[in-house]
Amino acid sequence: MAIPAYAGTLERTWYYTFRLFCAAVFIFLIAPILVIVPLSFNAEPYFSFTEGMLTLDPEAYSLRWYEEFLTSDRWIESIKNSVIIAFFATILSAVLGTLAALGLNRSELPFKGVIMGLLISPMIVPLIIAAAGMFFFYSKLGIAQSYVGLILAHTALGTPFVVITVTATLSGFDHTLIKAGASLGATPTYTFFKVTMPLIMTGVISGALFAMMTSFDEVIVAIFIAGVEQRTIPLQMWSGIREQISPTILAVATILITFSIIMLTTVEILRRRSDRIRGIS
Amino acid sequence: MSISVEATGDLALEEQKRLKADLHRSLRRNKIRALMLVAPLVVFIVVTFVAPIGNMLYRSVNDPLVSEFMPLTTSALENWDEQELPDEAIFAALAQDILQGREAKTIGKAAKRLNYEQSGMRSLVMGSVRKHKKIQAPYKESLIKIKKGWGDIDNWKVIKRLGSGLTASYYINAFDMETSPEGEVSFVPEKEQIYLKLFWRTLWMSMLITAMTVLLGYPVSYLLASLPLKTANMLMILVLLPFWTSLLVRTSSWIAMLQAQGILNDLLVWFGIIADEARIQMIYNAIGTVVAMTHILLPFMILPLYSVMKTVPPSYLRAARSLGATPWTAFWQVYLPQTVPGISAGAILVFILSIGYYITPALVGGQSGQFIGNLIAYHMQGSLNWGLAAALGVMLLVVVLGIYGIYNRVVGTNSVKLG
Repeated sequence: MAIPAYAGTLERTWYYTFRLFCAAVFIFLIAPILVIVPLSFNAEPYFSFTEGMLTLDPEAYSLRWYEEFLTSDRWIESIKNSVIIAFFATILSAVLGTLAALGLNRSELPFKGVIMGLLISPMIVPLIIAAAGMFFFYSKLGIAQSYVGLILAHTALGTPFVVITVTATLSGFDHTLIKAGASLGATPTYTFFKVTMPLIMTGVISGALFAMMTSFDEVIVAIFIAGVEQRTIPLQMWSGIREQISPTILAVATILITFSIIMLTTVEILRRRSDRIRGIS
Repeated sequence: MSISVEATGDLALEEQKRLKADLHRSLRRNKIRALMLVAPLVVFIVVTFVAPIGNMLYRSVNDPLVSEFMPLTTSALENWDEQELPDEAIFAALAQDILQGREAKTIGKAAKRLNYEQSGMRSLVMGSVRKHKKIQAPYKESLIKIKKGWGDIDNWKVIKRLGSGLTASYYINAFDMETSPEGEVSFVPEKEQIYLKLFWRTLWMSMLITAMTVLLGYPVSYLLASLPLKTANMLMILVLLPFWTSLLVRTSSWIAMLQAQGILNDLLVWFGIIADEARIQMIYNAIGTVVAMTHILLPFMILPLYSVMKTVPPSYLRAARSLGATPWTAFWQVYLPQTVPGISAGAILVFILSIGYYITPALVGGQSGQFIGNLIAYHMQGSLNWGLAAALGVMLLVVVLGIYGIYNRVVGTNSVKLG
């Protein structure tokens, strides 16, 4: 959108104001994330830049908060818990979500609208309501304050993402491929693994990554149904921010940001690959 | 199998029937197969997600404490006509409940529940428990002697009402209303209203946040949609990175930015805009909530807007200009109407997400930036008034589902996209 040569002064002013405004919004979007990274190397226990940091004095920077993070039993425990819970929740939601998306893609499925609404409801219902409901219900079933309870809850919250991404991949799926497979004598299972699966794999993986991020970042349900044994990283951060805010939180945050950059890149690559396969771009 | 054909060339009647039945059977088999694929997840979601919410719905009208822990009194009160003080038989049942409840240490729960309904009833019941040694026949006389409140017919009405096990009282409470002993429902004085006020504030602040995201998101999406794809993809990272970053990370970063000794205040002081003593309070109030939540929800506005704007051909704008429209008219009459679906999709999405927020308001909202979700959490974990928490949750759910219904009408579920 280059500015045309015939533009008048007013139009030029407007053009540059517009660009400036957009730049400001981009700064607004990214600044909080950029600010956290240097602050996590602060040598002082403050949440703010010190004189030394601004003059780039190496003394003012240190890795002490990372050290504190990696030597604290509570944090290590929380990493372990988050990984266990996210791992099982991701696999469960990927399998259940993919199956459901395959069913939803069939034109014979009755009550499609209702089923779709039901399946994506965990994305719509405010988490605080889901968390409160799960607290009552899971306590009654005796799975509150257990790994099973948290895994089931996180699976429920993660499946809508898998359903949506896989359904999207399937929408460009050429069904004659399956018929071709069948006419060449392949069994339905064989066709599924050799034809369907490779084509929808990108959707499955990006859905699974979304589900994993959901579980990894989820705190409200964890507040309500995790016991002392199941403290996850977000839960530990939550109580850290509420009780006494130390830069250790910022060190954790920096690590999580790195993690999200990796995730974002993976999903982007997958999305492009999927678009290419489906011939969109 | 042989196929018989009639002289006219049509299939014989029974052949037609057989073919139809075959087709029918095959269609049904396909239908069942499709259902079988969907079934595991449907069952899973119903058990782990829908049932808990249904259970909460039930909890918001269920009120078993009084009938459970004062069983004799409530069943004795069933036939009481509420005209005059209960007779000796009912007082005897009450005495039994108090004595047994003291042994089992359960009477306190019933007393606490009664107190939610009418303050003073806790001390009435617990006071009688403390003087249990003085309880003796005739019970009516002795109980009234221990606590005068037992001679007050209104207290009995409260017990009878709560003893039924089903109640609208949590909803009455959640709507900032109260029930007089005569059973009339009315709003509490405006000064004492908590929940309706908070509901309005939640709605109002969510609208403000939605408006902010439109205001900030629309120009940016327009820029992204009109730039060459390569540049746009680069800039898109600035939108997607916050989108993928943990909510808690972003919230704590806003604490670092906005607090009194934080970066923004430091900058303002450094530039000499404000004095060091006059640092602005930008966090732990409504401003903090609005700023942080606008930041968190902005990608949810930009992404749908961008995907809609991508489909608007730029030649339309040029055509309008060449036909003599001013830039403003061209934008207002030609471009904007075509992006309305994107605005409504993004706005409804942001609004739905926003009114259910809990974490961010709790961390940066202070007193004036709290949402209804925070009160639900408070009643769940602080005051332990679970029935009220459930009632507030159901009210919030109704609002969200209502808006979602509109969203579905406007946008359609199938167009929900990610990333």
